[in-house]
Amino acid sequence: MSEPKISAYSAAHHPALAHHFDDLEQQQEASTLGMWVFLVTEVMFFGGLFMAYIVYRTWHSDAFAAGSSHLDVFLGGVNTVVLICSSLTMALAVHAAQTSWRRGQIVFLLLTMALGATFLVIKAFEYADKFEHHLVPGPHFEWPDETLRAPVQMFYSLYFAMTGLHALHMVIGLGIMLWLLWHAYRGRFDAEYFSPVEVSGLYWHFVDIVWIFLFPLLYLIGAHLAHT
Amino acid sequence: MFQNLPLFPAQASGFAGDVDALYFFLIAVSAFFSLLIALLVIVFAIRYRRRTPGEVGAGITGSIQLELLWTIVPFGITMVMFVWGAWVYFDLSRPPRAAMEIYVVGKQWMWKVQHPDGRREINELHVPVGRPVKLLMGTEDVIHSFFIPAFRTKFDVVPGKLTTMWFEASRPGRYHLFCAEYCGTKHSAMIGWIEVMEPAAFQAWLSGGTEEGSLASRGQKLFNDLACQTCHMPDSKGRGPVLDGLFGKKVPLRDGQTVVADENYLRESIVNPQAKIVDGYEPLMPTFQGLINEEGLLQLIAYIRTLGPQAPATKTAPAQPESQR
Amino acid sequence: MLQPARPRNYINAEYGVMSWLLTRDHKRIALLYLGAVTLFFALGGLFAVLIRLELLTPAGDLVQSQTYNKLFTMHGVVMVFFFLIPAIPAVLGNFLLPIMIGAKDLAFPKLNLASWYIFMAGGFFTLWAMIAGGVDTGWTFYTPYSSVYSNTNVALTGIGIFITGFSSILTGLNFIVTVHRMRAPGMTWFRLPLFVWSHYAASLIMILGTPVIAITVLLVFADRVLKLCIFDPACGGDPVLFQHLFWFYSHPAVYIMILPSMGVISELVAAFARKNVFGYTFVAFASLGIAVLGFLVWGHHMFVSSQSVYAGMIFSILSFLVAIPSAVKVFNWTATLYKGSISWDAPMLYAFGFIGLFTIGGLTGLFLATLGLNVHVHDTYFIVAHFHYIMVGGTIMGYLGGLHYWWPKISGKLYPEGWAKFAALVVFVGFNLTFFPQFIVGYLGMPRRYHAYPEEFQVLNVMSSAGASILGVGYLIPLVYFVWSMRYGRNAGANPWGAKGLEWDIQSPPITENFHETPVVTEGAYAYTRGRMDVV
Repeated sequence: MSEPKISAYSAAHHPALAHHFDDLEQQQEASTLGMWVFLVTEVMFFGGLFMAYIVYRTWHSDAFAAGSSHLDVFLGGVNTVVLICSSLTMALAVHAAQTSWRRGQIVFLLLTMALGATFLVIKAFEYADKFEHHLVPGPHFEWPDETLRAPVQMFYSLYFAMTGLHALHMVIGLGIMLWLLWHAYRGRFDAEYFSPVEVSGLYWHFVDIVWIFLFPLLYLIGAHLAHT
Repeated sequence: MFQNLPLFPAQASGFAGDVDALYFFLIAVSAFFSLLIALLVIVFAIRYRRRTPGEVGAGITGSIQLELLWTIVPFGITMVMFVWGAWVYFDLSRPPRAAMEIYVVGKQWMWKVQHPDGRREINELHVPVGRPVKLLMGTEDVIHSFFIPAFRTKFDVVPGKLTTMWFEASRPGRYHLFCAEYCGTKHSAMIGWIEVMEPAAFQAWLSGGTEEGSLASRGQKLFNDLACQTCHMPDSKGRGPVLDGLFGKKVPLRDGQTVVADENYLRESIVNPQAKIVDGYEPLMPTFQGLINEEGLLQLIAYIRTLGPQAPATKTAPAQPESQR
Repeated sequence: MLQPARPRNYINAEYGVMSWLLTRDHKRIALLYLGAVTLFFALGGLFAVLIRLELLTPAGDLVQSQTYNKLFTMHGVVMVFFFLIPAIPAVLGNFLLPIMIGAKDLAFPKLNLASWYIFMAGGFFTLWAMIAGGVDTGWTFYTPYSSVYSNTNVALTGIGIFITGFSSILTGLNFIVTVHRMRAPGMTWFRLPLFVWSHYAASLIMILGTPVIAITVLLVFADRVLKLCIFDPACGGDPVLFQHLFWFYSHPAVYIMILPSMGVISELVAAFARKNVFGYTFVAFASLGIAVLGFLVWGHHMFVSSQSVYAGMIFSILSFLVAIPSAVKVFNWTATLYKGSISWDAPMLYAFGFIGLFTIGGLTGLFLATLGLNVHVHDTYFIVAHFHYIMVGGTIMGYLGGLHYWWPKISGKLYPEGWAKFAALVVFVGFNLTFFPQFIVGYLGMPRRYHAYPEEFQVLNVMSSAGASILGVGYLIPLVYFVWSMRYGRNAGANPWGAKGLEWDIQSPPITENFHETPVVTEGAYAYTRGRMDVV
C-alpha cells in the first residue's frame, strides 16, 4: 500500500486531478483498482449463467450437441478472430495514450470500434438466421427431432441469454469508446493522465475473454460431443 | 384464555420424540448463552457505570486465552448439534424398505392422494398407526411442501421430479396437513387433515371405495392406451427395453454409466426419454411430457413396479397378458 | 433576524435543490440516501401494519388472499432491497467511512451520486410495479411460480431489483477502493475503526454476491417476457437451480445487512464504555470470516427441496461454522464492558438491545442449521421470527443506535436524550412482544405466508400484532424528534460524547472537505486509555 504523497507539483497543475485525491498516481491507482473490482462483479454476473450452462449441459448433453451443431462455426470463428484483433488495437490505443501519441489514440480507438461493430453485425446476421429457422425459444420454437425439442430449446435459451448479454456488453463498450474518442480528439490523454483509456481497455479485454469462453462452449461442443 | 394458547405441538410420529429432544437440547444451550450474555451485560453496565464525566475505561485490549475459549467451546457445542441433527435427518430421509407406499400429487391448491389399492382422497390422508408409510410425491404445477407438524416432518414437491418422505404414525387422531411452500393465491387454503387410524379401522376404510381398481391396474390401462407395449415387449424383441423385473435393478447406459431404475428414473424416462439411453437401444422414444399428468405418471410407475419376477406380488394387480411367457 | 454567522459546513456550503441533487459530497449523498431509505422503511412498515392487522383473526377477513400475498411480498421486497441492504452502508457508511480513514471523499464521488440515482430508479420501477397492481411471488421469487404461474407484475419488480443491485455494487466498489487507496498517512489496516472493517467485509459481499442475484432475476425476467425456459421443467430446466442461484446471493445478503450493524455496535460499545474493543483483531477478522463463510452456506435454505442428503450435511456443518465468528463478536463486545466507564446514553441502550436480540437471533439460527430440526421448522413462523431477530433486532437496532450516536455529527444538533431513551425502551419491548411469540407459533407448525390460519394459533398472533403496534410507535418517536432537533435542537460541539475517532476531531457538521488538512494518524482506534476524555 503506497502512502499517499503530498506532491504539490502535480496536484496543483494537472487539470484532470480530482479535488479529493492527493496526486495523479493515487487517482490512477484508484481507478485501476476500481475497474478490477468491477470486473470481479462481472465475472460473478456471467458466473451465474455459466453455472446454469454446466448443470444443463451435464443433464442434456445430447441435446446440447445437437443444438450446437446448428450454430455457424465459421461465423463464430470469424467473430472470435475479429474480437481478438480488437483487443490488440485496444492495447495499442492504451499504449498510444501512455506515450502521449494523440493521432495513434484516435486511429486505434476507431479501429477497435470498427472491429467491435463488425462483431455485432455478424452476430446480428446469426440472430436473424435463428429467427428464420424458428430456433428462438418460445411458442414458435421448432426442432425437427420432436424427442429433443425441449432440451434443445434449453440450449437456445442459454445461447441467447449468454450471447445477448455479451453483445450488450459490447454495445456498452462501444459507447465508452465513443466517449474516449471525443476526449482523445481533444487531446486529454497523455503520459501523465491516461487511466480512462487504460481501464476501458481492461473492460474491453474482459468482454473479449468472455467470448473466448462462449465460443467453444456454444459453437464447438457439437463437434466435440459427437466424437466422444 | 390459556386453553387457547398451545405452546407445544402434538407428538404423533416416531420422529416427534427425536426432533423434540433435539429441540430441547438447543433451547437449553440457547437459554444458557442468552442468559449468560444478558447477565454479564447488565452486571457490567451497572457495576462499571460512568461516575464522573471525564472517566475512561481500563486499558485492557484483549486476551488470547479468552478468544480461544470462546472460539473452541462454541465450536464443540455446534459440532454436537451437527452430528445429532444429521443423525435425525438421516432417519427422516431414509424410508424403511417395508414401508407401505402412498402416492401424493400437489396441485394449486389441493393435495390429491392415491392409495395403492385404488382409494383416492383429496386434502386428506388416512394412514394406519404403527406402520411406516412412504409418500411418493409429485406436483402438477409449482413447488408445494407437504408438512405435518404433529409428525415433525415435511418435504417439497418439485416440478420435474418425484420426491419422497416417510413417517410412522404413533397415535391415532386427526392432525393438520399444511402446504408449507408458498404456491400462489390460495396457498393458505391448501391444507387438510391427516387421519391416523387403528390398523383394523384403516383396512375397513381402505376397502371402502375401490370401484376404479388399483393404482397399478389404472397404470396398466394407461400403458395400453398409450400403446407402450408396441415397443416395450416382454421379450427382448421390442424396440424398447424390457420392463419386466426392471424396477430396482441397475441399468447399463449407452455412455457407459449405470443407473438404478428407481421411481425418478422411470419418471424421467417417460417425460424426457433422451436423458438416459439404455445400452443397446436407439433413442427413438418420443416424450410423453404433457400427454400424461402427474397422477398418471405415478400410476404408470406403480404398474411398471408390478411387472416381472422381482416385483412384490400385489393381489389386486391383474395378470399381464404379455408377462405370461 | 440577525444571527451570528455559523461556520461554513457541508450543509450551508451551498443552497438550493440542485446543490443537493447534483452534489458529489459523500455526506450530502448520505443524507439523500437517508431520506430515501426512510421513505421506503415507512412504506415497508405500512405493509407490515396491514399484515399484522390481517393476522389478528384466523379467518382471512380483512383483505383477499391475493392482496395479502402481495402485501407480504412487497413488505419483503421493500424492506430487504430498499431498506435493510442500503440503510447502514449507504447512510452511515457513506457519511462516515471517508472521515474515519481521513479522506476528503470516497474514491469515486460521481459513481457515489450515480448509485443514489440508480437506487431511486430501481425504487421507481418497484413502486410502479406496486401501483400497477403489485406482485405476489414472495420476495424469494421461487420458480416456476414466478417465471410461469404468477400473473402479477413480476417482471417490473424484477427490473427494479436488478437496477437497485447496481447501486449496491457501486457502493461496495467505492468502499473497497476507498479503504485500499484513500487512507490518511499513518492509518494502517490495524488502526482502522471496526466500523470500517465491517463495511469492508460487507462490501466484498456486495460486489461478489449482488451480480449473481442480478443475473438470476434477469433470467426469470427472460423466462417470463422473452419466453426463454431456463428454469422451466418443460424444457428440462430445474426450479431448484433458481433456488441455488437466489440463495447464493440472498444468504450472504443477510450479512450485508448485519455486518455494518455489527460495525456500528463495535463503535458504540467502545465509545460508551470508553475502552478499547476487546480483541480488536479477532473482531476485525471475524467480519472477514463471516463474509467468506457466508458464501458457503446457501444450501441450508434447501434441506427439504430435494437437494442431496450429503449436500445437506456439508451445508449444515458450514452453517455452524459461520455462527462462530458471530459468537466471537458477541463475547468480545461483552468483554469490552468489563471495567469500562459505561454511560447509559440512548445509543448505548440500542447497543445493549442489539447484543441481546442478536444473541437470540444467532442462537435460533443454530436451530435452522441443525438438519433434523430444520425439516420441522423450515418455512414456518420460526424462520420468520429468526430472521426478524437478525434483521430487525440486529440491523435496525444498530442503524438506530448509529443514527443517534452520529446525529450530532451529521446535523450539528443534539436530539432530546430523555425521549431517545424512552423510544429505545419502547422499541425493545415492542420488538420482543412482536417476534418472540412467532418462535412458539412456528414450532407449533404455523407455516409462513398464510393468509388464514387455524384458530389455535390466534392468541400468539394477537400478541404479535399488539407488539407490532408498540414497535411502530417506537419507530415513530425518533422520526419526530430527529426532525424536531434539526430546527430546535441544541447545537452539538465537535465531540459531545467524549469519543475517540477522526470523525470526532472535526467540527459538527463537518466542512465539505471533511478536514482542513489531511490528518496524520499516530494511534490505533479507541485509544481511550490516555488520560481523561473531554466533552466538546
